[in-house]
Amino acid sequence: MNIHEYQAKEILNAFEIPIPRSRVAFTADQVERAAKEMGGHCVIKAQIYAGGRGKAGGVKVVHHPEQASEVAKELFGRKLVTIQTGPEGLKVRRILVEEAVEVVREIYVSITLDRQSSRYCLIASAEGGVEIEEVASKSPEKIHMLTIDPFTGLRPYQARRIALALGLTGVVCEECVGLLLNLYKCCLEKDCILVEINPLVVTKAGRLLVMDAKMTFDDNAIYRHREYPDMLDYSQLDPQEINAAKYDLAYVKLSGAIGCMVNGAGLAMATMDVLQEFGGEPANFLDVGGGANREKVAEAFKIILEDSGVRAVFVNIFGGIMRCDVIAQGIIEAASEVHRSLPIVVRMDGSNVEEGKRLLMESGLNVQVGETLGDGARKIVAMLGQA
Amino acid sequence: MSILIDNNSRIVVQGITGRSGLFHTRQCRAYGTDIVAGVTPGKGGIHIDGIPVFNTVDEAVRCTGANASMIFVPPAGAVDAILEACDAELDLAVCITEGIPVRDMVLARAVQEKSRTRLVGPNCPGVITPGQCKLGIMPAYIHKPGNVGVVSRSGTLTYEAVKQLSDIGLGQSTCVGIGGDPIIGMKFIDVLELFNSDPQTEAVFMIGEIGGGAEEEAAHWIREHMRKPVAAFIAGVTAPPGRRMGHAGAIITGGKGKAEDKIRTLRECGVVVADSPTRMGDAMMEALRAAGMSAAKPAANPAAKQANK
Repeated sequence: MNIHEYQAKEILNAFEIPIPRSRVAFTADQVERAAKEMGGHCVIKAQIYAGGRGKAGGVKVVHHPEQASEVAKELFGRKLVTIQTGPEGLKVRRILVEEAVEVVREIYVSITLDRQSSRYCLIASAEGGVEIEEVASKSPEKIHMLTIDPFTGLRPYQARRIALALGLTGVVCEECVGLLLNLYKCCLEKDCILVEINPLVVTKAGRLLVMDAKMTFDDNAIYRHREYPDMLDYSQLDPQEINAAKYDLAYVKLSGAIGCMVNGAGLAMATMDVLQEFGGEPANFLDVGGGANREKVAEAFKIILEDSGVRAVFVNIFGGIMRCDVIAQGIIEAASEVHRSLPIVVRMDGSNVEEGKRLLMESGLNVQVGETLGDGARKIVAMLGQA
Repeated sequence: MSILIDNNSRIVVQGITGRSGLFHTRQCRAYGTDIVAGVTPGKGGIHIDGIPVFNTVDEAVRCTGANASMIFVPPAGAVDAILEACDAELDLAVCITEGIPVRDMVLARAVQEKSRTRLVGPNCPGVITPGQCKLGIMPAYIHKPGNVGVVSRSGTLTYEAVKQLSDIGLGQSTCVGIGGDPIIGMKFIDVLELFNSDPQTEAVFMIGEIGGGAEEEAAHWIREHMRKPVAAFIAGVTAPPGRRMGHAGAIITGGKGKAEDKIRTLRECGVVVADSPTRMGDAMMEALRAAGMSAAKPAANPAAKQANK
């Protein structure tokens, strides 16, 4: 689960990590008033669930409140397409108005999961800012990484070593040590899989300040944090994706015409791969979960058919011990309810598969049965061609 | 031979009285798995289908000689279950549970690494040695005893691969679903090492997917150490680049994680990679042929119990 920059900064601040004076705004008027409070000279930052905003025109420096209002009017409602949003972009509904700060240096720090070592990992670089990935690929020696022992936690001497490697000295160095320790504390207590400060700046006044922050919570740990669901900004999520999440389905909308319903993420991806091999374009990625049941299958079917771009549906369920006749009933129920007589191909494997096939064939739906993955993909592409 | 589990494995099921715990206990038992005990705190003393239930794993081990566990405990208690399995010095713990918080898993993994217990999962289909022992939720009927080792990050895609192998006469020595979570016990390389030294395993099929760098690590290990032919499939060639937050993920994987990168690296390391999920079995056959081996017939295994379909 992602949150906005301003929310991440509020959380960091609660862990005694210094952030600039700022205010979140939902209208151009609020932006103007906030800019006035900051003395006119401030930064206007679009709040979306992705990075790369600066280059996409989502971050602007303004010099007086009227200018702030003008910039805000341009940004509100606009779709920002950044290198991290994907081609559809994300709509701007909230703006952060922040005091302008004179910056001497930009540093990168983050804590994330390192799958290889199965540990949290602290990443830091003296060359923070928007080009950090390029720094990482071209000059890996400029990236400092430290895997954190979960028993000892991040120790002050380790944080100090990182701070010194970043070229910090004196008071700022010790300030950075404290900041890194608090960052790790925050990461654990808030169940983050990513906390990233980029850039962390050294101001002209010689202080450390978080200029931009990203935070991603572990979806599996949301049950431990009652406040998290309220922090979600639904305007940043696809409505069908929100709907799918309610039923514990993983759904991602794509641009093709063949709706896909599959159990298991790996098999779902493989199904998309094989459709394209046969010349079809998937309309979505949809994983009903390894042990899909009748209700889930029915809900998934409805979500797929809510996409008006869908002109055919390919169901690929490798049930195994899940009963195919039950799955078939779920499909028949959902398909009859939505009254759209689209071509459907069902490929099922598991117990009672023959009974499942019989139910489908006798359902009166425009349905064919795929014997194998390849056979199913071939049939759905052919049916779409004739439709 | 096989890896991890066989006829002699004595299984304790942690979370045996839960709905899926009980369902899969029965399924595994019907396959011939020797389930000797169950554990549910507070329910020690009862019997389920004749299986004695204990309050702790330690007690179960002392009374029944269990040496491997299958964990169905819900997320909030699953880490404790893993730690308990390690503390009881079991040979193997297979954690099926899905949805364990990462912070808890980091701690569990750090303890487990130092213990003598191997961990498979969490969030995985489990392990099966066809004809001998099933420790997981996979459908038994697609498996055939034989000589191909299977290792996979995926669940149902593994079933697809195994079915294709069985359909063309390539039985399996052992199939291991290592799970798709960010923090897992055994990784590709740990399983490949076991297959490499298992006399029954003559070749390996590996199933990966986009994200992370585990397939690349495995590819390099295969080039250096693997003495048996390996074929693979990577899912997600056509998956569009998803939205992402921040840069840390890209920095840590060095920009790896795309299907094309994984496929290229695997091929460079001598692995036959199926170019379509419909040709996973064919890719295994091709790897066997390239290694000068004929398509191995399902092994006649006199020790194998009758599999109950």
